[in-house]
Amino acid sequence: MGKAWTFGENMNTDEIIPGRYNITIDPIELAKNVFCEVKPEYARDVKPGDVIVGGQNFGCGSSREHAPIAIKGSQAKCVIAASFARIFFRNAINIGLPILECPEAAADITEGDEIEVNLSTGEIFNRTNGHQYQSRPLPEFVLKIAEAGGIVSFLKEHDIQDLLV
Amino acid sequence: MGTLIEEIFSRKSGRTVQAGEILLLDVDYIMSHDNTTPLAIKAFREIGKPILDKNRIVLHLDHAYPAPNVMAAENHRKIIDFVKEQDLPYLFQQGVCHQVMIEEGFVTPGSIIIGADSHSNTYGAMGAFGTGLGSTEIGVAWVTGKCWFKVPETIRVELHGRTQPGVYAKDVMIHIAGLLGMDGGTYRSVEFGGEYIDGLPMHERIIFPNMSTEIGAKCGLMAADHVTLDYLENETPARGRGPFEQIRPLNPRYERVLELDVSPLAPQVACHPDVDNVKPLEQVEGLEVQEVYIGTCTNARYEDLEIVANMLRGKKVNPYTRVIVTPASARIYKKALKSGLIEILMDAGCTVTGTGCGACIGRHGGILAPGERALTTMNRNFIGRMGSPLSEIYLASPATAAATALTGRITDPRGILENL
Repeated sequence: MGKAWTFGENMNTDEIIPGRYNITIDPIELAKNVFCEVKPEYARDVKPGDVIVGGQNFGCGSSREHAPIAIKGSQAKCVIAASFARIFFRNAINIGLPILECPEAAADITEGDEIEVNLSTGEIFNRTNGHQYQSRPLPEFVLKIAEAGGIVSFLKEHDIQDLLV
Repeated sequence: MGTLIEEIFSRKSGRTVQAGEILLLDVDYIMSHDNTTPLAIKAFREIGKPILDKNRIVLHLDHAYPAPNVMAAENHRKIIDFVKEQDLPYLFQQGVCHQVMIEEGFVTPGSIIIGADSHSNTYGAMGAFGTGLGSTEIGVAWVTGKCWFKVPETIRVELHGRTQPGVYAKDVMIHIAGLLGMDGGTYRSVEFGGEYIDGLPMHERIIFPNMSTEIGAKCGLMAADHVTLDYLENETPARGRGPFEQIRPLNPRYERVLELDVSPLAPQVACHPDVDNVKPLEQVEGLEVQEVYIGTCTNARYEDLEIVANMLRGKKVNPYTRVIVTPASARIYKKALKSGLIEILMDAGCTVTGTGCGACIGRHGGILAPGERALTTMNRNFIGRMGSPLSEIYLASPATAAATALTGRITDPRGILENL
């Protein structure tokens, strides 16, 4: 269980981690500045297992993988959003940051709500208001990458052709 | 049979494919730059397998180049050492990656190019499938030569008419971004066509796929035609891979068609803080700016510099406005030097910098202070992108940038253009 940190619509990668901090690829270093311009208290107060909740088009903008890495480095459990921008979606799956697409949860959860997430079923439970939400299932081949913990781990065990088998 | 993306993917697959299918395709080139290559190297090392074909890997140093600080220099060092270690043939340090990719002939009709940069969509101007991905997938593609794609649905943008003098492709594309919105093209191929596009030269066409990224599109495409083939033959080495097929949509089924007559359009401005916060210029005319930045993969080609130089010739820019010009590539810079454009810009009071992406991502070469406002020829105006989160970015055409440079206030270029 963790606390919800809410963010608005079209949360772009510059707002997740500004370009000037992208000179490092260290997750812990990146996490020190994650969301620094939109919610500076996040990096200071986030606890392992907290969840990030965004609106439509979360992660739009640049292709920088630093954005999901910074979030993962902050030890947030996952990102729940109404929808994800396409490169962020791929990047998050590839680096093993769990993401859940769930417009109902995104609209209903407020900052500070206590949230339980079951990553294997996609169920989200809001202990603060008692509401339950079901996130959209991931395509099967995307699940293969997610279950391996990312594309790099997948490729250590498999050929890339195995994705579509 | 299908949309342009279905036609391109069908040729690569050797069978007819349709929107919704998942494909694992061979990619022709794999592009990354100094911002994204270090993470690709990390993924490559972790996978622990050899590079499949080094001739498909193209690396650029452009995002923080020349290095503005020690960490950026260390990044460059890491990349150059990797290039030496793996004996990679393509490392470029003379321009914005997307411009160099096109100039150097890597981008050809029907090819598939993935780039660890969101504006890799730019390659669609040549009838190629270009798309942005993260670094890890670049490392994966170095090893496998492949990438997975879901064949996207297509939004067709059909453009009619001709723009009025003083209105450019940038104005039209900003207007489209306003109509479709920041997520209007998410997961979609946005296919640009119609008599307006057919009549455009390559440097104007490039704007549309380049900025398709700003509406979330997987790719922005244009069918290759004689303009594309002439450009390839006359302006690029095309890597000796012709003749090129002019792949076109064939009995396509579009998810949506946006028809637009560009004739009545006035100059447009995408206002702080979102690319879809678009207004006709007259609604923001007179707004003071502290910086004008003419650069980036969107609008710093020779013809853009020519428009600006023609408008600034014999004049002086506003003394209280920083006016910065960053040519998109060394080739453009050299041509502008030879033809005298650079001298005109310098005489007018512009600061002409070396090539690269610097100011557009707030690294160096034009960073904004709190409370400052910039009018730029960039494609993106996110909060804090050029420096302080308390600064503002307005996006417009090079002509609007030149007019604004003269007054220090957002200014309609048509008054100046009429008197040239």
